[in-house]
Amino acid sequence: MKNKNKKKWYILFTVPLLIIFTTVVIIPFLIGIYYSFFEWDGIAANAKEFVGFDNFVELAGDERFRESAWLTILFTVLSVITINAIGLAFALLVTSKIKSANAARTMLFMPYLIGGLILGYIWQFVFLDVFTLLGEVTGLDQIFFNWLVDPEFALFGLVFVFTWQMAGYIMIIYIAGLQGIPNDVIEASKIDGASPWQRFMRITLPLLMPALTISLFLTLSSAFKIYDVNLSLTGGGPANATELFAMNIYNEIFGSGNYGLGQAKAIVFFLIVAAITLTQVYITKKREVEM
Amino acid sequence: MSRTLDFLKAALLIVLALFFLSPIYIIIVNSFKDRQELYDNPLTLPDSFSFQYYVEAMDKMNFLSAFGNSLYITIVSVVLIVILSSMTAWMLVRTDDKLSMVIFMVFIATMLIPFQTLMMPLMQFMSTLTNTLNIPMYNTLEGLIFMNIGFHSSLSVFLYHGFIKSIPITLEEAATIDGASKFGVFWRIIFPMLKPITATVMILNVISIWNDFLLPSLTLIDTDLRTIPLSTFYFFGEFTIQWNLAMAGLTLTIIPVVIFYALAQKHIIKGIGEGAVK
Repeated sequence: MKNKNKKKWYILFTVPLLIIFTTVVIIPFLIGIYYSFFEWDGIAANAKEFVGFDNFVELAGDERFRESAWLTILFTVLSVITINAIGLAFALLVTSKIKSANAARTMLFMPYLIGGLILGYIWQFVFLDVFTLLGEVTGLDQIFFNWLVDPEFALFGLVFVFTWQMAGYIMIIYIAGLQGIPNDVIEASKIDGASPWQRFMRITLPLLMPALTISLFLTLSSAFKIYDVNLSLTGGGPANATELFAMNIYNEIFGSGNYGLGQAKAIVFFLIVAAITLTQVYITKKREVEM
Repeated sequence: MSRTLDFLKAALLIVLALFFLSPIYIIIVNSFKDRQELYDNPLTLPDSFSFQYYVEAMDKMNFLSAFGNSLYITIVSVVLIVILSSMTAWMLVRTDDKLSMVIFMVFIATMLIPFQTLMMPLMQFMSTLTNTLNIPMYNTLEGLIFMNIGFHSSLSVFLYHGFIKSIPITLEEAATIDGASKFGVFWRIIFPMLKPITATVMILNVISIWNDFLLPSLTLIDTDLRTIPLSTFYFFGEFTIQWNLAMAGLTLTIIPVVIFYALAQKHIIKGIGEGAVK
């Protein structure tokens, strides 16, 4: 009697969410694997043709897909470095005993709240007008020009804007990490005569490893999956020079109407994302220092 | 001496932060300028504050309708996510068996799936549900809310799960002996204790649902269902050349975010810090 009752409550508490979750995530995931073995144009009336692993063979030879893979990796590596470096620098600044630290923290976090789509549009104008103006005024038109129309520089523009969006967010995580470092450890090192640089490298940084793990995980996966900023800032252009993974998949499916091939790409995308993030978490977890 | 140095440091930090936010300043000042003024110098303050572009942008973006849709979707989704995922997480933590562990593991594992992997089959499945079973999933705000719950449940369950594990079970046992039902125990005793993590879950989900573009762009077809990111996207496609109008539109979209931030600033920063450490 009591056991039966327990089961009833269990069902009542968990099943509503499980139904929604299964409908939205699990079933589409399974259907997606199935679709990746077919050739189909997405029109319900047209037949799906089973092609086995052909889609996967085709995507391996797809020049544009390989190019976008390379661009995505480059973008991710650059963004992860700049976001974490700037985020950590911000965190160190606003946790020091400077009076305006709180106000600065509030302001630095602001861009993260504005959605990626809108940020991209804002920066389109900054690159178009302000950068050109700065180039004219300062004479440094090798640095200040509209990056977005230059195939070589557009990707850096994307890194730049994405860093602007994420640095404040990552700063918050590093702040939480810094505040978790016990004061007496810092004090002890001061008494022992450690220089600020030694203190940072030998004490602060090792004790920040948990925060670093999380920050790397978040920046890595969000950089790899970037879409919104990509869409509104460059739209993949000029001449596909900034068409990253997520956008390439979207264009293959909904742009070119290659549903099967596009879905096969999406599955490969998932496998890569999973492999990278799991490896990264595994490696940094191992290096965390236990207090 | 050290006083002046402190002051200098404080001032420098603020200048840095202001410089960081300068793109937002640029958008706002230029939304008041006419064409000539804008091209003369995009960095100066406007000669006069005319709101003509705001009126026009509001009209062309259908801003009030988009704002209403965004607000409705975000609030209902977040409330339901909080209710459903806290209840689920509690049961999973307090029922120590294989099934609960497997369910929890599935939630965690799916966090690795990018949205792009699910979007096409999801749309196929949702339109099948709409067409064959007459469940209005596709092209309705409620359908989008349903999908939002599904996509945001993993992270929310994960955060609640971690928090609930740290609550001693003795409190609940005492209440159960007093004859309270599971439902009563959860809502009267447990849920109030979850406040800090509920704040985190709410903030993370509000930010991500409010700003979401791709999912709404795939599910919502009718123009009068558009959310703010959607209407910005279509508006921008049409008026890129008219930058002052475009910037008035962008400023409009930032206003709700700034208000939200001003009201809940402390909770937001605390919530995000805590959410990440978990």
